[in-house]
Amino acid sequence: MINKKVANITEALDGVSDNMTFMFGGFGLSGIPENAIAELVKRNIKGLTCISNNAGVDNFGLGLLLQQKQIKKMISSYVGENDEFERQMLSGELDVELIPQGTLAERARAAQCGFPAFYTPAGFGTEVAEGKETREFNGKMYVLEHAFNADFGFIKAWKGDAAGNLIFKGTARNFNPNMCGAAKITVVEVEELVPVGELDPNQIHIPGIFVQRIFQGEKFEKRIEQLTVRQKA
Amino acid sequence: MLDKNGIAKRIAREVEDGFYVNLGIGIPTLVANYVRDDIEVEFQSENGVLGMGPFPFEGDEDADIINAGKQTITTLPGASFFDSAMSFGMIRGQHVDLTILGAMEVSENGDIANWKIPGKMVKGMGGAMDLVASAENIIVAMMHTNRAGASKLLKSCSLPLTGVACVKKIVTNMAVIEVTPKGFKLLERAPGVSVEEIKNATEGALIIDGDIPEMIL
Repeated sequence: MINKKVANITEALDGVSDNMTFMFGGFGLSGIPENAIAELVKRNIKGLTCISNNAGVDNFGLGLLLQQKQIKKMISSYVGENDEFERQMLSGELDVELIPQGTLAERARAAQCGFPAFYTPAGFGTEVAEGKETREFNGKMYVLEHAFNADFGFIKAWKGDAAGNLIFKGTARNFNPNMCGAAKITVVEVEELVPVGELDPNQIHIPGIFVQRIFQGEKFEKRIEQLTVRQKA
Repeated sequence: MLDKNGIAKRIAREVEDGFYVNLGIGIPTLVANYVRDDIEVEFQSENGVLGMGPFPFEGDEDADIINAGKQTITTLPGASFFDSAMSFGMIRGQHVDLTILGAMEVSENGDIANWKIPGKMVKGMGGAMDLVASAENIIVAMMHTNRAGASKLLKSCSLPLTGVACVKKIVTNMAVIEVTPKGFKLLERAPGVSVEEIKNATEGALIIDGDIPEMIL
């Protein structure tokens, strides 16, 4: 067994510095690496390029990095729930690249599995395709999109072991598996770090080969963005 | 004239047994409430779930089980979870039978604009560009006119596009319209709405062929 377990969050984020590019798993506030974000806030490194489907809310998720003006550029598909984000974007302090959600997932997956680029129909004929190579296949037009190139990927999984094997839960899975192994260093925080051998190899979503560092997160708030319920009859 | 629930009710009649369906945010979400209960349909949410159920009972909500609108949901027996790349694989690979989404504008050749208004805060396209570029069967659910009373069914879209020549059908508060190579073809009228009123509310070319029946809801 190759050990990927690190002692603590300090060791997990060893090597992060100003002006790096980071990937963050999560959709909305579901499945975001809360502990890594908290540590990045503490270190207050600046000039970051962040690849994440969303940008958190004002006082949680990546919104915490925005509050301290740590982010120089966001690459996302949807950024609607954040006043400070809007302020920085409209004032020009924050550079924003909006890309289709499926393209974001696939650019991560391409980096994970060794494709430099791929063709997708998403965005053809729109401003997303401006300046990009396009090509026809079987009578339909496609846009060439490139794999991401990031320094660190911050991932949140449900269960994991010291070998780096991971299992995700529910829709907290989202971009997390696609971003494992897609950056130079993949750092995973889990709710439950179980002894090696306990996870059934048949049930593992991501094998440890895609993971460099794993640790048990100290605290998971798991905030709900839109609580919707029905009443019992 | 229909309200939002009326539009959803009419669109629900387009959903067939065995369909996998992706519902956008807004009116499309309401469609799930009106699908016949004698057919089997699975709802896909692009954040990674097939087999979406109703909202949870109070106290049963789970932060790890949400839909694309970030709302807490439940799953039905036979449901599955998957990652985002696989989710959009289902969409681009045309495994999803029907996509229903809202729009700000649709043009007579089927272009759709629904993600950006220049000069206003842009929230992003989310999965809309992937959906409209790939789905074979796209129905737009929207009001026929905007708040200022201007037509949303245009000769050509004025707003930045989400996708080109992709919309097949439009259901509004006034009409059911098919997008054909020759323009908008009027198929049905909403209860109490005349052909003349629909014509006046449609900027793009409107094809009126014979008697136009009233919608059955």
